[in-house]
Amino acid sequence: MTQTASRSVGDRVVHKTFPPITRHTLALYCGASGDHNPIHVDLDFAKKAGFPDVFSHGMLVMAYLGQALTDAVRPKDIRTFSTRFAAITQLGARLTCEGHVTELIEYDSEPCMKIALVAKDEAGEAKLLGEAIVAR
Amino acid sequence: MVDRSAIGRNFTPVTAHVEPGRLRYFCDTIGENNPIYRDAQAARAEGYAAIPVPPTYLFCLEMMDAENPFEFLTELDIDLARVLHGEQGFTYHVPAVVGDTLTFRSRVTDVTEKKGGAMTLIAVVTDVTRQDGVHLAGMTRTVVVRNPKAAST
Repeated sequence: MTQTASRSVGDRVVHKTFPPITRHTLALYCGASGDHNPIHVDLDFAKKAGFPDVFSHGMLVMAYLGQALTDAVRPKDIRTFSTRFAAITQLGARLTCEGHVTELIEYDSEPCMKIALVAKDEAGEAKLLGEAIVAR
Repeated sequence: MVDRSAIGRNFTPVTAHVEPGRLRYFCDTIGENNPIYRDAQAARAEGYAAIPVPPTYLFCLEMMDAENPFEFLTELDIDLARVLHGEQGFTYHVPAVVGDTLTFRSRVTDVTEKKGGAMTLIAVVTDVTRQDGVHLAGMTRTVVVRNPKAAST
């Protein structure tokens, strides 16, 4: 697996693409995550709530972003991982997750790097904007 | 409508088990093929006592083993159909691994109105402790409530 090598500010360390999000993915994620909010699988419920269709769990997209991150750095080196859900991720979205080193910092007296993360759909629209602090 | 009087509210602690079958299903669902999340030997070679959980899985464990996963919403009288996830954060101290029993304790830390009352943001902080009392991780989340439009007169 990838070791956390020395990195510099500006390096793109995270990059991974994911298959389109299908209704099946969302149904499976309901069971896998314990998040049974019907808005993600029940079209009638979603429409009644004012949405044109069901849409992805934000946490499914964050799981993809986390996967892109743990492909790039040692999971045990991750100190924090946070995201803002900037836009709803629609059915069929093909996500690309990326991360750049933005800063080399000390965190809890440990040398770390800050990585800015983004999950974008195929049109380039940012769905999640995040940050991770990772030991270096 | 939820207001600042909710700040400080605690919810029923949730005790959750990191079970290998459920974790494998989660990994299958998101297409996670990193061997440390699938193979105990690969995990041990990386220094883990057992297979660790992926970065967002703590959030799932709390929901899966909660008696009422939406207690927070029902207690604050919030309609599930009006809720969106605004922000989510994790701080990791010790890895959670298969076999662990974790306790999640959540409380409301902030309530703010946005866009002239069209939205309410609720901040919830969760402490995650392991069976031996070790403070394993912290979680923060912001829930966005889309408030119904006030009736015009």
